[in-house]
Amino acid sequence: MSDVSPFIPTSAPKGRPRGSRLSSLFEGLCFAAATALVAALGGLLVALFIGGWPTLRKFGVGFLTTSTWNPVTEIYGAAGPLVGTLVTSAVSLVFALPVAAGVAFFLTELCPDRLRRPIGTAVELLAGIPSIVYGMWGLFVLAPLFARHVEIPLMAAAPPGSLWDKLTTGIPNGSGILMASVILAIMILPFMAATLRDLLLSVPPAVRESAYGLGATTKEVVLSVTLPYIRSGAIGAVMLGLGRALGETMAVTFVIGNSHDFPASMFASGSTIASTIANEFTEASSPAHFSALIALGLVLFVITFTVLALARLLLGLQEKHA
Amino acid sequence: MNRRSELMLRRRIVDLMFKGFCITVTVLALVALAAILWTLLARGVGGLDLDVFVRATPAPNSHGGLANAIIGSVVMCLIGMLIATVVGVLAGTWLAEYGQGSPYGSVVRFLNDVLLSAPSILVGLFVYEVLVAPFHGFSAVAGGCALAMIAAPVITRTTEDVLRLQPSMLRESGTALGAPMALVIREVLWRSARGGIVTGGLLAFARISGETAPLLFTSLSNQFFELNPLKPMANLPVVIFQYALSPYDDWRRLAWVGALLIAATVLGVTIVARIIAREQHRP
Repeated sequence: MSDVSPFIPTSAPKGRPRGSRLSSLFEGLCFAAATALVAALGGLLVALFIGGWPTLRKFGVGFLTTSTWNPVTEIYGAAGPLVGTLVTSAVSLVFALPVAAGVAFFLTELCPDRLRRPIGTAVELLAGIPSIVYGMWGLFVLAPLFARHVEIPLMAAAPPGSLWDKLTTGIPNGSGILMASVILAIMILPFMAATLRDLLLSVPPAVRESAYGLGATTKEVVLSVTLPYIRSGAIGAVMLGLGRALGETMAVTFVIGNSHDFPASMFASGSTIASTIANEFTEASSPAHFSALIALGLVLFVITFTVLALARLLLGLQEKHA
Repeated sequence: MNRRSELMLRRRIVDLMFKGFCITVTVLALVALAAILWTLLARGVGGLDLDVFVRATPAPNSHGGLANAIIGSVVMCLIGMLIATVVGVLAGTWLAEYGQGSPYGSVVRFLNDVLLSAPSILVGLFVYEVLVAPFHGFSAVAGGCALAMIAAPVITRTTEDVLRLQPSMLRESGTALGAPMALVIREVLWRSARGGIVTGGLLAFARISGETAPLLFTSLSNQFFELNPLKPMANLPVVIFQYALSPYDDWRRLAWVGALLIAATVLGVTIVARIIAREQHRP
């Protein structure tokens, strides 16, 4: 490159050194790109706020606490989708977390060496499969099986009048809140398992080995030594999984049944914020309907932002303790 | 002595139960995931023929293919990757080389992480409000921009990570030769980090090639061949979504074929990315 002049200039340099203007131009470009990312997120928030403002002004807090969603009379309440989002995400986490942790423990402590690579790779690859594929599989393959072998027995086994009975009323047709939670769990499972495994692998071998050397069993090593060691990262991984579940659109839209009513049971049709937006946005006819959907988006943004910020905060606290 | 052996026995049993649990859930998870792949193959391969690649999406109950959707997906992913690579690599470079210690740097890093995991449907809403509604039209460009917004944070993150892994001696030796920082970054650091940056790009591509939600209201879809990027363009994910939920057998068959194509693309790209990453680690 011609700009790389010999270190000792033949004549005394005048003014700014060669290349310095280019250099600051380049730094400016990089800075602009970084700022563009901030602007994108800021713009996202502002656009959602402006778009959703008419709805928020009209309904106020009632937007979050009522569940009437009627585009004809132009009355919008987000309680149904909001509760649907929170419940499906929480339940999916309850399903996915033990399984993901079990897979990660298996891969790091129990798996024969020859199988470790293939199983690990398979899990990582599956984390990348688009969610629409999970949704289709859920609708066409899992839902009929789920209705016959899970929902109907659960319903039949429920003692009348109990909470269990209440949660299992509805049509056991394989679509609804519970089914959506199961699909979400299957979808976030590979991601969480892969992240947890990476974290477990980052534990220094000496820590594990000394625990084994003291005579600890595998269970004791994992639950009392390695898991506490990666605690902060593990919380982060779980939070990221939760964030995925909260905002997931396609996998849920296929199987949740898409009803705006407040979900009465785990078998009832429901909706999440994302599935409602996906289903109605292109068909929204009135400005009020648009605005209501965008306000829903704003609610989702606030929830996911809170989860992610909380994850960061927890991680920071943990790091300070360590 | 007796109590001690009892304790040992209990620990053994608990340990066995723990191991049993881990093995069971791993088998369960692998079975579920194998079932998904099996379904894709079983339902997708049957419908895979030349027509899929050369004919446009059909009317209900007639024969056709996915050619227009495939082209649309390629065009939108290219637009998205073009924008995202430029923004992502430069932003990642800024984070790693210029702003690493500054307060603004940590703000950018935090917001980039948020954007990385922000729900993709919100990106779609945003692009709709900014690029679709004001110009009164869905378009492939809008779809590409939405995809860029999803891919850019991935590239930013990986670029920053690989650049930070570069030994500082590289920077020092470049600077000692009298090269300005910009030159050191472009000619030395980017070159030595190339494999990692390419891997990040491929992973970002794998991520956006199956994204459906942000395209629903930005590019919409189109029954016909459309090459004008300012017009609504068909794309695989949205076509799959529409066809899978339709009552027509032909359309559902095509939806499975499309799902197989997308999954195969994503898996293929991810594998290539992994191979490149491993080659990088070797020397």
